[in-house]
Amino acid sequence: MGDVLAVDRLTMDFGGLRALCTVDLRVGQGEIVALIGPNGAGKTTLFNCITGIYAPAEGAIVITRPGGAPRRINGFKVSRVTELGMARTFQNIRLFPTMTVLENVMIGRHCRAHAGIRGAIIRDRATRREEEETVARSYAILCRFGLAGQADEPARSLPYGAQRRLEIARALATEPFLLLLDEPAAGMNPRETDELEELILRIRTEEGISILLIEHDMRIVMSISDRIVVLDHGEKIAEGTAAEIRENPIVVKAYLGEDFHAPA
Amino acid sequence: MKALAELKKSLGIALWFMALTFPVMVIRVNTIERVVEWRWRNMAFIGIGSFLLSFAWRLLLARKERGRGKTDTGDGTIPAVRRRLLAAPGIRQPALAALALSAAAFPFLFSSYQTNIMTTALMYVMLGLGLNIVVGLAGLLDLGYVAFYAVGAYSYALLNHHFGLGFWAALPVGALLSVLFALALGFPILRLRGDYLAIVTLGFCEITRLVLENWNEFSFGPSGIANISRPGLFGLRLTLHEATIYFYFIVLGLCLATLFVVRRLQHSRVGRAWVALREDEIACEAMGIDKARAKLTAYTLGAAWAGMVGVLFAAKTTFINPASFTFLESAMILSIVVLGGMGSIMGIVVGAFLLILTPEYLRAFSSYRMLLFGTVMVLMMVFRPQGIVANVRQVYRYRKQPESEGCAGG
Repeated sequence: MGDVLAVDRLTMDFGGLRALCTVDLRVGQGEIVALIGPNGAGKTTLFNCITGIYAPAEGAIVITRPGGAPRRINGFKVSRVTELGMARTFQNIRLFPTMTVLENVMIGRHCRAHAGIRGAIIRDRATRREEEETVARSYAILCRFGLAGQADEPARSLPYGAQRRLEIARALATEPFLLLLDEPAAGMNPRETDELEELILRIRTEEGISILLIEHDMRIVMSISDRIVVLDHGEKIAEGTAAEIRENPIVVKAYLGEDFHAPA
Repeated sequence: MKALAELKKSLGIALWFMALTFPVMVIRVNTIERVVEWRWRNMAFIGIGSFLLSFAWRLLLARKERGRGKTDTGDGTIPAVRRRLLAAPGIRQPALAALALSAAAFPFLFSSYQTNIMTTALMYVMLGLGLNIVVGLAGLLDLGYVAFYAVGAYSYALLNHHFGLGFWAALPVGALLSVLFALALGFPILRLRGDYLAIVTLGFCEITRLVLENWNEFSFGPSGIANISRPGLFGLRLTLHEATIYFYFIVLGLCLATLFVVRRLQHSRVGRAWVALREDEIACEAMGIDKARAKLTAYTLGAAWAGMVGVLFAAKTTFINPASFTFLESAMILSIVVLGGMGSIMGIVVGAFLLILTPEYLRAFSSYRMLLFGTVMVLMMVFRPQGIVANVRQVYRYRKQPESEGCAGG
């Protein structure tokens, strides 16, 4: 089984502060890996390093498209990383608020289209066809996410849960093989969380997309993750299945709390 | 109850203003007769005036707040626009035809003076549309737009002076040189965001003007370049009046071309990327849009238009000097974009005509021009920040209902 993402001894400093210290992380093909840890543990920093927003001080980030060759992506531009097949959502929702829901997803398809300025002005057949395809595919994604009815509404007018879903839809539009979700269940009510859980599992089974997620909602983490990685103070303190993590005394002490009783 | 409270507040403001202006407006020392005059009437005027103004202000603000509440609950703005679009086909064709006809007939019906003014207005429409790409779509606050305008104007003036290059050849050359200039500036400065970008572009604008003013050997300094040739028409000799008409049609044609191109750009993959860039730079990058490239294309395309209009300007006035390319000119173009409505093509056309034509036709108030301009700007930003004609980008519908089966449930 090949790893789609392999992070090796990643270290990241902000001035004198060591945010990440020799962190190893692997995500296998079709795997759902959860990244948990207390606030300030370096989870989002790790995401930002992987997606190219930060340039790590040391270590290697290697991604492998299923069936492709491994590629070291340290120092790549954010847009280039996305182009290579990794997409993300943000902890605090970052949609394009005044653009319509459909347009938001169409932006996700930007890197899979090619029309340039000349094409935009002349609007030749290839450009028109590409544009139609972009609309069709984006609309199909909205259908799958139950957002088709609001396609022409501005993204900011959507309710919170729908905005989160739209962010995932937009990320999927870039045709990733690895999806990074930063606290997708934050601020959701239990029903929305259940829907989200189902959605994530569906993305994995239907498209074989691997998923790396940061999440504080232990219910969802324990039920969907194949593997859980625990960070604390920038270091990986544990890794294992849900059952192993639940029993791990270090993790319980650092994060879960002494009286943590995982739901069955 | 609420109205009473509002009245009280306005009354308070009126009293405050009366007290504030008391020393200046009421007391006057007559030095000849050595008496102090008490002009109580002035105080009454100020009291009543400020009371009414403040009351009107509060009323409008309250109305705006109520209006906003309404649009927030539903998507109030969109159906309105949609209705307008739906209503369009019946009205649109005849309206466009009438507009085209009047535009074509204009120079034959009015004097050269009027035609000249209209030509200027059309040139500002083009400048506004060019800057709209940079500011309105891509969200890059460019305060030095006039630098590219200057590059265009000087490239025609100098090439014409030294090499006798004609207008039609200079038009693309001017645009191209502006693009090159923008590329040279763009690489270093497009890393900057928001305020910093604004300040740096402002700086470049001033540098350009100062270079033109002081490098005598190159640009003939403050005395400028005269006798730039007007555009020729197959070697025909035109009278001044005919040349004016001819020039009007050139500008009209280029303006229409600009409208066409900008519209297409706005509704394309590239245009969408610009808007996404404006809305959220980080998310835009994370979605696979090359930030630097998107910014640079917007910046250079905007510059291309400025360069082209610069050539037009040089050909129209036949004389240019650095005084035409001050920061005030940049501010004027920016005002057109902001007042008209950022990102809205229709808005910018309206904005340009308003800002260029009103001062011409209200010469009687010319001493109050800047005062009125400032007041209008303040009022617009408070009561209608989206501009005269709000951006209609959200409605560009290309939904073709593909694969709609199985997702009707939404």
